[in-house]
Amino acid sequence: MSADEQEQDETHRAPVPSAHQQPVTVTTGKQRQLSRRRFLGAAASGVGLAAVGSVGGALISRSAPSAAAPSHRDTGSAQTGATAAHQWAMVIDLRYCNGCKACTTACERYHYLHQDQTWIHVFTMQSESGEQYYMPRPCMMCEDPACVPVCPVSANFRTAEGLVLVTQQRCVGTRICMNACPYQARYFNWSAPVPAPRQPFPQEPAWPVPQVEGTVGKCVFCAAMLPSGRIPECASYCPMGVIYMGDLESDIAVNGIGNVVTLSKFLTENTAIRFKTTFGTHPRVWYITGHGQTLDTDKEVA
Amino acid sequence: MSSRVEPLHSPQQDWRPGILEPVEETTDSEAPPPAIETVRSAAMRPILVRPKWFWPAVGALSAVVALGFSAWIVQLRTGLGSAGYNNQAFWAIYEANLVTFIGVSYGGAVVSAILRITKTTWRAPLTRIAEATALVTLPIGMLFIVPHLGSSWKLWELIWPPYWNLSSPILWDFFAVSTYLLATCVFFYLPLIADLSIGADRLARLQTSPGRKLLYRAYRVLAGNYNGSLSQRRLLAGAIGLVAIMVIPMAVSVHSVLSFAFASSSRPGYLETIFPVYFVVAALYSGVALVVVVVAGARRLFHLEAFIERRHLVRLGFIMVALGAAYLYLTFTEYLIDSYSNTTGNAAWVYQTLLGRYWMPFWFYFVAGGLVPILIFMFRRTRNATGVVTAAGLVLAAMWVKRLVIVIPPATEPLVRSPFGPTGALGLGWGTYHFTWVSISITVAMAAAIPLLLLIVFRLVPILPVAEMEELAAAAERAETTTTTKAAGPVVRLHAGGGAPVSALDHGETQGDDDDE
Ligand code: SF4
Ligand code: SF4
Repeated sequence: MSADEQEQDETHRAPVPSAHQQPVTVTTGKQRQLSRRRFLGAAASGVGLAAVGSVGGALISRSAPSAAAPSHRDTGSAQTGATAAHQWAMVIDLRYCNGCKACTTACERYHYLHQDQTWIHVFTMQSESGEQYYMPRPCMMCEDPACVPVCPVSANFRTAEGLVLVTQQRCVGTRICMNACPYQARYFNWSAPVPAPRQPFPQEPAWPVPQVEGTVGKCVFCAAMLPSGRIPECASYCPMGVIYMGDLESDIAVNGIGNVVTLSKFLTENTAIRFKTTFGTHPRVWYITGHGQTLDTDKEVA
Repeated sequence: MSSRVEPLHSPQQDWRPGILEPVEETTDSEAPPPAIETVRSAAMRPILVRPKWFWPAVGALSAVVALGFSAWIVQLRTGLGSAGYNNQAFWAIYEANLVTFIGVSYGGAVVSAILRITKTTWRAPLTRIAEATALVTLPIGMLFIVPHLGSSWKLWELIWPPYWNLSSPILWDFFAVSTYLLATCVFFYLPLIADLSIGADRLARLQTSPGRKLLYRAYRVLAGNYNGSLSQRRLLAGAIGLVAIMVIPMAVSVHSVLSFAFASSSRPGYLETIFPVYFVVAALYSGVALVVVVVAGARRLFHLEAFIERRHLVRLGFIMVALGAAYLYLTFTEYLIDSYSNTTGNAAWVYQTLLGRYWMPFWFYFVAGGLVPILIFMFRRTRNATGVVTAAGLVLAAMWVKRLVIVIPPATEPLVRSPFGPTGALGLGWGTYHFTWVSISITVAMAAAIPLLLLIVFRLVPILPVAEMEELAAAAERAETTTTTKAAGPVVRLHAGGGAPVSALDHGETQGDDDDE
């Protein structure tokens, strides 16, 4: 029990930035030892019930009074017990996004997608103060993805490195994953895909080019280029350096304009939040808000 | 009580020979039904005498089905987008059709199984028609999986165990519906065995054409060794009773599981714990409506007025309206509670459904499928066969529209929106489903396939459950002669015109309500 509690305490938790945002939990590197399975196992053993209580108490005391709602699911962030070399994550710094949609275009060009297949979609949003801001949304690469368990033919899967991918050769096109994803991150091939030139590699989940008609596609975090150390297409084409590709294992994140940051520090210092944490999906995409501020000022990058 | 097999009774006595043999020659002209006709003759008449309208009707319906088939070919070639789908309306008409068509097959189960289990004797002339309706509509409903799938050529993957993902509600659907299909077939076949045996006896003398010969062969094979002996009848009655009991939980599970495909998500409007009940009641409601329409149609087209009375329709109508009221209540509950929660997602879809972009279909359901059937039954003037059939037709249309209202608004709702934007206008807007000729054609074709297959089924198997009706009538007669108390259950009319037919509905019912002939 005390071990669990200790692990909880080790997680970096930032104060709640505003009422609509969820408390941040960044668990990186070696700290991501508290799997939900282990946690639930401890809870089930009876001794753990007290742990739940004390963790809950810690939660309430350390964050805004309204934060009693987040369950213990939100405190135990990573569930992968696997020892993969990388745990891919993305940080999107909304402070600098100017809505140019260069990321969308780059992704669509790179993966030979139709115009409406905005694997990274830039939403126009409005802040509480009435100011417009932009919010790019790739696939969240959820740690507990809603899209995977609903597929009848097991076409969706999650890799040990934390990537949620689709086997398009197998996908039958029931579209129940499009229903399940709370982020509307999935896009169907309603007609013949954009013709792509002959590819040097076979079409596979990590390299879904060309797309397959009648199947679901989505952002793959550019899984095929990650092993060679390249950052995703959307990140490298973002002129504002908004999109960082990171690795929770090595605790490093890089954006397209050459900034390298310590991931955990970057997230904590900037009060990064994740999108729709109430859905229990545990996204691997963090957002840095601050859209109330003027763009192009107070840029603090470690 | 009267359907119990009486051990002291010889089957031969039950199966009284027909008073008058029908015109046995195949004629293209529609022979008027004989003045006095036994149930045996009437049940075989659609098989032996081809109605004048048969081939034109089959031709017209087949043409519609062919149009749908060509639309499906177009969809295969151009992709699912040709059916009007897009990323923000990923589920729409085919999913609504899947639910509707599988739903209406439930009507056969309720009329037949529930009325069998409750030993409701007036059901007897209706069971074959009801079971045939279930048998025909269920495969048609299942067939909607094919246009629904983006890659229908990979359908085999659903029956390939290594690919199965047992946590998927779609897979549960697939298992539940397949099992239910098997049960429906058995439930159609078991009560048919005795009738096939009777029919084979009759066809034996009438093997005038190759078609007849084939039919006779088929009857003999399918009837097996059935000879109507007491032990066989007892066994069969037991089996039918067992399957009738099994069909009901199975049907409930099918419609519950169908709803899971929607409800097991975080989408506002789909994430509803009321959905399983909601779907089951909707299926029963529209299913009974379809049975009403089919019974009324068969009664008129095959001249079964002597056996299926107007009051049968009114009686079915009561069941339908009761279910309609239950469904109205569930609808009310769903929208009321969702509108109370007032989260962005729920508030938006309830608003859009009731007052916004989907107000027309919703209120069409409310009036045509909710209020009007109840109103029709509230007044004695309209509470008759015509009223029931009108109401049933409205219910079928309204419940299809209601399924669209269940499926489309939540699917088109934007999930990524600005919490502070003007009423969620920012972020993603609402999606729109566009009806196209492809999706409409496929839908109409599937709907046309129902009467098409029913016409064919009724020209192949006895349209009335002869053995069951005779048995019930004999049991009632026995009860009347042996006792003077009111023990005699209501029985079935066995012959038309002659003598004093025992009406199915003469006993202890509210007579004034029914529109007797
Ligand atoms: S964002 Fe959607 S598609 Fe991506 S992993 Fe999560 S649930 Fe699946
Ligand atoms: S990570 Fe790759 S696949 Fe995903 S949005 Fe960016 S460019 Fe597209």
